[in-house]
Amino acid sequence: MKQTEICIVGGGPAGLTAALKAAALGAAVTLIDRNDYLGGQLIKQTHRFFGSKQQRASERGINIARELAAAVQNEERITVLTGATVLGYYKDGVITVEQNEQYLKIKPQKIIMATGGAEKSLAFPNNDLPGIYGAGAVQTLVNVYGVKPGNRVLMVGAGNIGVIVSYQLLQAGVEVAAIIEAAPAIGAYWVHASKVVRAGVPIYTGHTIKRAWGEKEVEGATIIRLDGKWQPVPGSEKDLDVDVICLSVGLSPLTELLWQAGCRMRFVPELGGHVPLRNELLETSVPGIYVAGDVSGIEEASAAMMEGALAGLNAAKALGYDAPDFAQQRDNIIKELAELRSGPVGEKIRNGLVKAGLA
Amino acid sequence: MRVTEHPILNFQKGAKVKFYYNDLELEGYEGETIAAALHANGIRTMRESIHLHRPRGLFCNIGNCSSCLMVVDGKPNVRVCVEKLRAGIRVQTQRGKGELK
Ligand SMILES: Cc1cc2nc3c(=O)[nH]c(=O)nc-3n(C[C@H](O)[C@H](O)[C@H](O)COP(=O)(O)OP(=O)(O)OC[C@H]3O[C@@H](n4cnc5c(N)ncnc54)[C@H](O)[C@@H]3O)c2cc1C
Ligand code: FES
Repeated sequence: MKQTEICIVGGGPAGLTAALKAAALGAAVTLIDRNDYLGGQLIKQTHRFFGSKQQRASERGINIARELAAAVQNEERITVLTGATVLGYYKDGVITVEQNEQYLKIKPQKIIMATGGAEKSLAFPNNDLPGIYGAGAVQTLVNVYGVKPGNRVLMVGAGNIGVIVSYQLLQAGVEVAAIIEAAPAIGAYWVHASKVVRAGVPIYTGHTIKRAWGEKEVEGATIIRLDGKWQPVPGSEKDLDVDVICLSVGLSPLTELLWQAGCRMRFVPELGGHVPLRNELLETSVPGIYVAGDVSGIEEASAAMMEGALAGLNAAKALGYDAPDFAQQRDNIIKELAELRSGPVGEKIRNGLVKAGLA
Repeated sequence: MRVTEHPILNFQKGAKVKFYYNDLELEGYEGETIAAALHANGIRTMRESIHLHRPRGLFCNIGNCSSCLMVVDGKPNVRVCVEKLRAGIRVQTQRGKGELK
């Protein structure tokens, strides 16, 4: 059995930042990720970041990921396990891990869960055919491996992810037949949306997918217009000749380990699904288990990094580590987070967080 | 179906290796996932669903959903979206739940 002070599950922006902050205070950290690289979702994000106030708004996600990963690798108090999947959490506080077909047990004093989210699917006939992917899946295929999913894509969902992945498909030489969006307006920031529109991709708002076609793989799709009450308008169907359908209809938190650990959970649609209740230290109802990033509510990378920093600081502090400017460090992050979530853009998240608070 | 030109990215590839897909000999690169190598060869169907025997392919591509299970060197239920390609491996369409020998 391996002992460690703080075990962090997930090496995305939240987990990486948590590890750096905790180690900077002096804690010994073990960071675990099932991928054989660090960076989580950020590793495939070649676009310049959206978001206005935070300082990293125009950097590419992939560069932020590389920078954080390098800092983590250089920090001697952090042990990194990659290609390592956390399988379970046991009542005695033991975490079990599979790495290179070996079964490991780790007994940490504190745990930070930063497992991120998973893409949602959508119900329509033939939605299981090969050729239908989550948008993030296609992004991984194209941006990490340089492989195309097919030749012509229908993107379902015009939020940031749908629009950004469409643009990245174009960059990789894949045709995008259309982007459809059920809502009456495009959800993505205009910087990104106008780029794909300029490239000639139509965005149909108030439209949904009626069905996919194909015997063994996707050969086409039928889309249909929705009226003001979200009901399909008969006769408004349009057939599209596509061999790929990308679903970009949101993510939900990847919470299996939290359920296993017995953390109190609540369904909060604003945060993407079931989320762990947490206090202002980001500690769940199970003492010693902290959460940060998309696993605690689907948001964005900048929020994930700030939450990671907070969870890292708090977990280390709970072990007795301290710094002269600890209070100031923590207050600064809390202030930055509040700023990020301010205004109309942050309203949904703010409403969600109220419901996810641990009284 | 590889991306040949890209304005931002420069893809680092490992050594070129041969592997087998249901007796077909194919080529891919060491270090990429089996799913990526299959897609590069135009193959998008990974298994048959258990009850209705419908074709299934990749969905999440990060090891979450189990849509991509295949038989690799005789071992069933391998998530090929996270399993790396190695020289000479034999990858087969999975039918049913798979059996451990
Ligand atoms: C296509 C796309 C575009 C985006 N664009 C932007 C953008 O422009 N700006 C922005 O701010 N945000 C953007 N986001 C959102 C941002 O990527 C996420 O909010 C952020 O990555 C969340 O960070 P995280 O650390 O919580 O989770 P993740 O980045 O998802 O990392 C979680 C990590 O945990 C690991 N993990 C999960 N379970 C286990 C386990 N059991 N054992 C071991 N490891 C495990 C995973 O492998 C993963 O590496 C985008 C997201 C997508 C999908
Ligand atoms: S595609 Fe989801 S686990 Fe492989």
